[in-house]
Amino acid sequence: MKKQVRLKIENISLVIACVLFVLMFGAGAIHYDHFGSLSTFLNLFNDNAYLIVVATGITFVLLTGGIDISVSSVVAFTCVLSAYLLQLGWSAAVVICIVLVIGLLNGFLIGYCVQELKIQPFIITLASQFLLRGMCAVVSTVSIPIENNFYKAAALNKIAFKIGRTNAKLYLYVFLALAVVCVAFYVLNFTRFGRTVYAIGSNELSAGYMGLNVKWVKIGVYMISSFCAALGGVIFSFYTLAGYSLQNMGMELDAISSAVIGGTLLTGGVGNVLGSVVGVLIQGVIQTIVTYQNLNAWWTRVTIAALLCLFIVLQRIISIRADKRKGGH
Amino acid sequence: MENDLILRMEHIHKTFPGVKALDDVEFSLKAGEIHALLGENGAGKSTLIKVLTGVETKDSGTIVMDGREISPKSPIDAQNAGISTVYQEVNLCPDLSIAENIFIGREPRKRGAIDWKSVNEKSRELLKEFDLYLNVEESLDNYSVAVQQMIAIARAVDVKAKVLILDEPTSSLSTQEVEKLFDIMRMLRERGMGIIFVTHFLDQVYQVSDSITILRNGSFVGTYAADKLPMLDLVGKMIGKDFESLEAIPKLSGEKKDAEELLAIKDGATNEISDVNVSIAKGEVTGFSGLLGSGRSEIARLIFGADKKTSGTTFIDGKEAEIGNPLDAIKRGIAFCPEDRKKDGIIGDMSIRENIAIALQSKRGLLHKVSRKEADKIAQELIDELAIKTPSADQKIKNLSGGNQQKVLLARWLATDPRLLILDEPTRGIDIGAKAEIQKIVVELAGRGMSCIFISSELEEMERCCTRMFVLRDKKIVGELSGDEISQASIMKRIAGENKA
Repeated sequence: MKKQVRLKIENISLVIACVLFVLMFGAGAIHYDHFGSLSTFLNLFNDNAYLIVVATGITFVLLTGGIDISVSSVVAFTCVLSAYLLQLGWSAAVVICIVLVIGLLNGFLIGYCVQELKIQPFIITLASQFLLRGMCAVVSTVSIPIENNFYKAAALNKIAFKIGRTNAKLYLYVFLALAVVCVAFYVLNFTRFGRTVYAIGSNELSAGYMGLNVKWVKIGVYMISSFCAALGGVIFSFYTLAGYSLQNMGMELDAISSAVIGGTLLTGGVGNVLGSVVGVLIQGVIQTIVTYQNLNAWWTRVTIAALLCLFIVLQRIISIRADKRKGGH
Repeated sequence: MENDLILRMEHIHKTFPGVKALDDVEFSLKAGEIHALLGENGAGKSTLIKVLTGVETKDSGTIVMDGREISPKSPIDAQNAGISTVYQEVNLCPDLSIAENIFIGREPRKRGAIDWKSVNEKSRELLKEFDLYLNVEESLDNYSVAVQQMIAIARAVDVKAKVLILDEPTSSLSTQEVEKLFDIMRMLRERGMGIIFVTHFLDQVYQVSDSITILRNGSFVGTYAADKLPMLDLVGKMIGKDFESLEAIPKLSGEKKDAEELLAIKDGATNEISDVNVSIAKGEVTGFSGLLGSGRSEIARLIFGADKKTSGTTFIDGKEAEIGNPLDAIKRGIAFCPEDRKKDGIIGDMSIRENIAIALQSKRGLLHKVSRKEADKIAQELIDELAIKTPSADQKIKNLSGGNQQKVLLARWLATDPRLLILDEPTRGIDIGAKAEIQKIVVELAGRGMSCIFISSELEEMERCCTRMFVLRDKKIVGELSGDEISQASIMKRIAGENKA
């Protein structure tokens, strides 16, 4: 309702992403037994709920034209610290609050450095990535199991369906992830904060001249990204029921490529969170196919990185063409 | 009369390191008035505007708006005080819709959420007042600069501004678009808004302005009623000398010297232009004349090897010469000052010396370093010769005024001692005084035997400087003039496509 269908980069790549998803899922369903089922589809959500949350958060940063490569370490640190504190007997509520606050704080520091000290986001989030990854090892170098009852309940509680003869299930934490997506969608499309995010990505100088609060929105997006990474970490610790310092190495690539495949421009100003969710699902399908095919798990990475390159090039070509068309008038 | 005064700035001082940008400047604006703010580049216009809009803070002085003293610290402050600005480069967000560009930051909301329906409706209504009927949900970058500018004005007006500042609004508009803009300005004046109009185009000042304030070298010269100040006096006050001295520049286009040919292109073509046959003589100023986009710059880029040649031959001194890229051209003594000095020319954060030495260095190759002593000497010589106004060669080039930056660029190429100097719009956006100086330098250089290609939109300076001229229309050379044939009328006729004068 807000915007009519405009043939813009955002829409084109979102359509391409959806088509790609359907094609891949379809190909899997034809090729493998048991693939083309509701259960496989829902498992994409079960297995990637944490990534949906992280990708949603990072979309905010990408929309301003920034980048955050610290998210994988935030996820890992959240898991390790949670596992450690729970082992010491802390209550689940307190632990979750602590890790979320750490996420917010990390985001604030990054945002502050980017906005006030004018440090390149790539550099400062690289520093944060190594810092937090190192902190994981300081807390524990071995994997710590989580035996807290709340965590176990969160890990196991699910809604089961039975359609025909197939069983399908959806874990409760998936709903948490979907709620995050809904809130993010609302914020980006219907609040001044969200629109300012787009304005900054489109032209930061103009946004300032138009009297928008560039400073706090820019700090805000890094806080959102880091907070979502911490929340993703909480969901990931439900999922694995353990904390290990080498978990999720390189996951920032997954998050960034989800957003890009879903139509977010790395230069900012264009994109939306629904696209990022589709991007995550595409990665899920790739992963499932790799598993079915019994390939080395690294093939997932290779394929995703190749897709990322393809989409970035595609975006550039589309926008160069658009510029040319305009120049022609 | 005091009553309808909405803005008064008094005793404004502002100093930048080494430069007194504003020295005891005053300015006042009445409601329902279009007030032109004029001055050469570096006179302090932009600084005054920046102080007023909170981009810079003043050192001392008072700004009184509607009887209350204000001291804006940011554009938001200024906006809240009722001062809106539309900058030269339109400052909107190209990826957002038109409606959103008008309303972002103050969107109508319903239960906390942005009410897109009313955002769009209100924008449509607002634009109707400007006679614009657009699809407001489309993104801004689908529209021309002219439309974007109207939208920027619409936004500025709708924030309930009492003072609207238009900073060089007409520089990228066509004549019709300028007319439309003026209609809008007049309409806003009727509504009682005070408009500050900053421009380089003096004709336009008289078309719309009620009063004129002139600054020179950071000082206040005076405020005059537009109908009581003839243009000649206006120019005199801007440059601080009378008009006669400007006219006294020798008109070089005297008799055509039968000079030897330095460079020629036969049947040259690039992807942009074809059928290029030109010949450049030694010690002459050759002009490429035509409208913007007629192919003037494309020929220059072809000669310099900046655009890939698809066919044709280049001759230098009568011998075939292969110029495949700019480095070939530089090595053969061709220098090129491009059109957009901010984008292609100056390196803002480097010193004047470094900016001058850089082309010499690239001509010599990376292994033969231009020594500091040599660079110092060359820079100082050229600073003196071209009268570049700067405290020292160590000054960062971005701190200079437009005219002086242009001179540094000229110096950069002169340092390589070129045989052919190509100047693409060397006087655009710089003030009359600096313009005259640059024209004089070009003519003098040619007198010393250097060949020069001069490209400019201003026919008057083309007439003054060139001894030979190629006229272009729609990417084709449509005429060649030399010596006394060159006059503004004859150029114009060829541009307009009348076959023979």
